[in-house]
Amino acid sequence: MDPLLLVLAFPLLGGVLLALWGDRERAGDLNAAMSLLTLAASVWLTAIVVRDGPLTVWGEWFFVDPLNVFLVTLTAFVGFTTSLFSRPYMRIERDHGKMTPGRMRLFHSMYQLFNGMMLVALTTNNLGILWVAMEAATLTTVLLVSVYRTPASLEAAWKYFILCGVGIAQALFGTILLYLAAERAIGGGDGALLWTHLAQSKHLLDPEILSLAFVFLLLGYGTKVGLVPVHNWLPDAHAEGPTPISAVLSGLLLNVALYAVLRCKVLADGALANGLPGRMMIGFGLVTVVVAAFFLLRQRDVKRMFAYSSIEHMGLMTFAFGLGGPIANFAGLLHMTVHALVKSAIFFAVGHAAQKAGSQAMEDIRGLLKVSPTVGWGLMLGSLAILGMPPFGVFASEFLILTTAMREAPWATPFLLVALGVAFAAIFGRVQPMVFGETSLRPLAHPPALLPVFVHLGLALMLGLYIPPYLDGWYRQAALMIGG
Amino acid sequence: MNTLLAQSINLFAVVLLVLAFAMIAQRRILTLIHLFTLQGAALAVATLIVGYLTGQHHLYFSAALTFVLKVILIPILLHRVIQRLNVRWDVETLFNIPTTMLIGIVLVIFAFNLAAPIAGLSTSIARGTLGIALACVLLSFLMMIVRAKAVPQVIGFLSMENGLFFAATAATSGMPMIVELGIAFDVLVGILILGVFMFQIREQFDSLDIRHLEKLKED
Amino acid sequence: MSIVGLFAQLLAILLALALAPLLTGWVNQWRAWLQGRRAPGLLQPYRVLHKLFNKESVVAEHATPIFRVAPYIMFGCMALACGIAPTLSTDLPLAPAADAIALVGLFALARVFISLAAMDIGTSFGTLGARREMLIGFLAEPALLMVLFSASLITRSTSLAMIVETLAHQPFAIYPSLAVAGVAFTMVSLAENARVPVDNPTTHLELTMIHEALILEYSGRHLALVEWAASLKLFAYSCIGLALFVPWGVAEAGTPVAILFAIPMLVVKLAVGGVLLALIETINAKMRLFRVPEFLATAFLLAVIALLVHVLLGA
Repeated sequence: MDPLLLVLAFPLLGGVLLALWGDRERAGDLNAAMSLLTLAASVWLTAIVVRDGPLTVWGEWFFVDPLNVFLVTLTAFVGFTTSLFSRPYMRIERDHGKMTPGRMRLFHSMYQLFNGMMLVALTTNNLGILWVAMEAATLTTVLLVSVYRTPASLEAAWKYFILCGVGIAQALFGTILLYLAAERAIGGGDGALLWTHLAQSKHLLDPEILSLAFVFLLLGYGTKVGLVPVHNWLPDAHAEGPTPISAVLSGLLLNVALYAVLRCKVLADGALANGLPGRMMIGFGLVTVVVAAFFLLRQRDVKRMFAYSSIEHMGLMTFAFGLGGPIANFAGLLHMTVHALVKSAIFFAVGHAAQKAGSQAMEDIRGLLKVSPTVGWGLMLGSLAILGMPPFGVFASEFLILTTAMREAPWATPFLLVALGVAFAAIFGRVQPMVFGETSLRPLAHPPALLPVFVHLGLALMLGLYIPPYLDGWYRQAALMIGG
Repeated sequence: MNTLLAQSINLFAVVLLVLAFAMIAQRRILTLIHLFTLQGAALAVATLIVGYLTGQHHLYFSAALTFVLKVILIPILLHRVIQRLNVRWDVETLFNIPTTMLIGIVLVIFAFNLAAPIAGLSTSIARGTLGIALACVLLSFLMMIVRAKAVPQVIGFLSMENGLFFAATAATSGMPMIVELGIAFDVLVGILILGVFMFQIREQFDSLDIRHLEKLKED
Repeated sequence: MSIVGLFAQLLAILLALALAPLLTGWVNQWRAWLQGRRAPGLLQPYRVLHKLFNKESVVAEHATPIFRVAPYIMFGCMALACGIAPTLSTDLPLAPAADAIALVGLFALARVFISLAAMDIGTSFGTLGARREMLIGFLAEPALLMVLFSASLITRSTSLAMIVETLAHQPFAIYPSLAVAGVAFTMVSLAENARVPVDNPTTHLELTMIHEALILEYSGRHLALVEWAASLKLFAYSCIGLALFVPWGVAEAGTPVAILFAIPMLVVKLAVGGVLLALIETINAKMRLFRVPEFLATAFLLAVIALLVHVLLGA
């Protein structure tokens, strides 16, 4: 029995199963159980990769190496905790009349399919299938974003579909160009789009084609990463969709898109000796960080604000990977992990806070500590973590990125520092009255599931203080793979 | 005979390009769908010819796929949607067609310039048309920007897909079959979802005008 | 210059003068048939010309000489244009004197004079017609030039005779750029010859007319010349179109016998072209005047695409 088969089969099976199961009793439990099985399978897969090293399976259609196995585990883990969180959360949403049985069925089924598509995108060896899986993941989340059927959510979903559709079309053009280059270098056929083959002969790829291909790929997948100026869909989709979806969008989908960019960057770097891909990523990343930080100041909707925070952090990661080198890549991977953990934790806390207040507007959410201390502390600690306060892991990764930037690209450091400062002022200034302050809100009908919040924050804290040696070795290997 | 066929690929490429322009300028939704169907047919024939000339038999299959999807299935879906939404005879007011056309010309020049050095490296018989394919993609992009109604925007999206498909055929004699199947599947599912969306948008806003969808923005 | 060339040149002009009204009659006849009306006779244009030449020409009291001269200039320009276009043979003594650009200039000259003449009398219709005519002209001319350029690019010459010679006497090849240019040329021709989507040559509806508004004040032999010139213009455009896009059958230099075959070939091609023109006029409705700039912008755009496609594909 192949663990990879299980990793991919559980969510896809879960999607079908939950579509049949519908909105019966325990649909939420089934959802969580399927995610748990996926997580178990991915842990098994990780153990095998740690023991035996990279492997390709099924005639090289899929492959697992340190870079993607770490993302597979992260995806399966956050997917599981989010399914735990969504169990009471969606029940409350249904009590509030926002969800009907049909929509619950759609939500659970699509949630599993979405996870499955991300895992396919992460593990496939074929860059064409990577594109197909990314597009399929978009399609499933479009349905999830519009699940409330309010005018605002429809608008957000339409924008999401059209903008990401256009963006990802550019990525397809880039993939076609890549195939063209591969055809010339290693011959056509099914093998020409396999990443392992391409990576072996990347120096043979035509530099002229590859530079154009990378521009299209970066713009295309960058739309899904949320890079400025093609980020417009992201705040809307995060703010209008159900909170579990905001959590997985921010925590996982953006990572998967960035993973796609990284895979392409490795090839482009191999073909081009001039470091153009890195410089482009530095440029896009820096602009994204700065613009997102200033947009943070103007937000009134709490989920929108944290969506912009996600854009900012994706920009930071793009910047780090653009710098390249073992330390920056290490920092980028670490940042990917802690951002996924912390941001999803924040969305869990924010979701319950917004449910309590009956509004996502920040001026309506007050005094969380009084009504529900756990939600309050979760939001406060999460915000501190995401803002890069020591001793959380975000501090470690941001510190590494900044120090590398000072050495490699000193001109960029002031911009980064200003952006981080502005982001701090914006988020902290708004979270503080939400957590403290007076309120007249009443507690929720169902007890919120806040265990995931603290598990995530605990992990982020641990990564800030101590990275276990096998994890450390794993990051180093992955960092080397993407051109350390 | 074969040289004539090879030249006719160029002809079909130009037909695709002209149809992309025609779509930008077309006000009637019904005619827009007809134009899209024509574009799909031209694409299918071009793919067929490339397949015949290069002996790549999997291109026959993708030509058939294009034909079934773009000439039969999707147009039927679109016709049903506009029938049910009662927008069959809708005429859209367009903002300044000549200006849009001029921007289109600039895009075409840009695309040709971008593709020219790469086309020289390709060994495909239809390599010259890579620039045309890119131009089609950019023109559909332009169409999606200037259109304010849902159905034309969707048609722009589909026509962009046509351009991409043609790029794959022109530059590389087609992507691997499994990838093409995946892309076709995504497009089909996407169009179904968009179709459902249109009904929901209509229900919520009493109109298919995308201009209603401008509430979410930074203030 | 050979004797045969001189003969071919003379023959071409005489043929144009003789056949032009016939072409107009042919188109009108088919139009009537296609629209389910009873058709006027094929020779009706000749009868009209005959009638007009025998009538007295009335000229307004305040007319300047321009008004009197304009019909002659227009007629001369059109006759010359028919001479330049390689209708029968590519060995034309006039051809080196005027290339495709000069041809566009000839049409422009005629346009300027007829517009000046229309404004000369000072009636409101004349001015209105002149303004519309200039509007169409200034949009159509660049498009026409672009069409001619894309043909020139293929053959590397702006001389019409050279273009036809190169295109007609080489192995058949598909030129996508010429296909697009052909569509653009058709659109320009419709506009320039006051044909249906742009203007309706058979009505005097004051709100929409263009050509008729220009010549409202003419009568007698002046009107005859103007009408004849209009027929010649249609003939010249048809011949240019045929020469660029269906160049087969035109005689090469130094082959006097081929000219004999070229004549029936030309007649057949014109006959088919005339039917197509009638068909276009029947299935299209006249568009509003505001749409005309858009129509011509599209023609220009197609011509530019043709040019770009040629640059990209080299064909």
